[in-house]
Amino acid sequence: MSERHEHQTVPSDPALRVKALESLLVEKGIVDPAALDALIDTYEHKVGPRNGARVVARAWADPAYKQRLFQDATSAIAELGYGGRQGEHMVVVENTPAIHNLVVCTLCSCYPWSVLGLPPVWYKSAPYRSRAVIDPRGVLREFGLEVGEDVEVRVWDSTAELRYLVLPERPAGTENWSEEDLAALVTRDAMIGVAKVAAPRRAGA
Amino acid sequence: MNGVHDMGGMQGMGPVNAEQNEPVFHAPWEGRSLALNLAASAWGKWNIDASRHEIELIPAAEYLRMSYYEKWTARLEELLIKAGLVTHEEIASGRPAPGSKKATPPLTADKVPSVLRTGALASRAVAAAARFQAGQPVRARNIHPDGQTRLPRYARGHMGTVDRDHGVYVFPDTNAHFLGEKPQHVYSVRFAARELWGDQASARDSVYIDLWDDYLEPA
Repeated sequence: MSERHEHQTVPSDPALRVKALESLLVEKGIVDPAALDALIDTYEHKVGPRNGARVVARAWADPAYKQRLFQDATSAIAELGYGGRQGEHMVVVENTPAIHNLVVCTLCSCYPWSVLGLPPVWYKSAPYRSRAVIDPRGVLREFGLEVGEDVEVRVWDSTAELRYLVLPERPAGTENWSEEDLAALVTRDAMIGVAKVAAPRRAGA
Repeated sequence: MNGVHDMGGMQGMGPVNAEQNEPVFHAPWEGRSLALNLAASAWGKWNIDASRHEIELIPAAEYLRMSYYEKWTARLEELLIKAGLVTHEEIASGRPAPGSKKATPPLTADKVPSVLRTGALASRAVAAAARFQAGQPVRARNIHPDGQTRLPRYARGHMGTVDRDHGVYVFPDTNAHFLGEKPQHVYSVRFAARELWGDQASARDSVYIDLWDDYLEPA
């Protein structure tokens, strides 16, 4: 079954290799260059961690929404208009004072594109993929996050088509904040589980 | 396949280096590579499991050396050749074979928003008996398939507990090789960190792995 790649006749420079492939595929009518532009524009400008931040902010502000998020994350996220490619089957896991969740894909780089956009390089890297499951506390320490011994660390290895979003703890001092202001606090790293959402320096930002 | 891609639990890969304010793409060719992969997949000649497996077939030393989008580019060339959409010679020369007919791309710019918004469901609305239920102790089977599998090596032979049943999904081990979807239940299985890694792990911690029915046996 394992038919290894054999030919290495293509350019070794990645930019040249992609350029040659694109020109071949366009000339053969296999891809439409305007579609390529639209795909790139989507992931550079339209789909990114702001989507996930809005989901988190809504969950913080609306307990009924938060319940729906745990019952059926895909539908609850779709309420805000997000879904589709690499977000077809969503699961949300909640950080609490007693539980810290961390998401990884040890086998490749599965990631919830619809709410976080494309994954950062470190998430796809061998160090993260190899160590997140065996040494999650060490990995978190490298991100500057010390998790107490009294806290349970749950690592979610995205081995199937389920995609995981961490619902971080809402920081103190944000009572009565608008969803928009709350969303502005939420970082990509907090929704992967390698960071917490920092408390605002001054209330009422 | 017991490949280098199956990295969970490996050591010696070094620290995690997170880049601050990282751009979506580090160079324009990365975006082009991603877009070529997505646009070419619209031909429906392969599925996501075959596509993942193609990356795993990259020789180990190359796999570790190449960046993510370099792997995507190499994978796409292989998929295109296997699907008969291009030939080795065309990849090598960068030119269509003399006299080859020009096709019509299935994915045009106007369709991009709806195609991305729709995605592709991996779940299947078919009846399949669930062999396990939430709360049940299970063991990940000690199997070493030579082809595609999503049962990571670090879990094999270990005991866990079914946390939840996600429903019925396409089975990658057959689907990647175009041997049928074989839909079956996928469960989130909780493994205590100490069951996987011994006493060096925290007694409180655990790893949740999504596993198909065929990967599990009663414990």
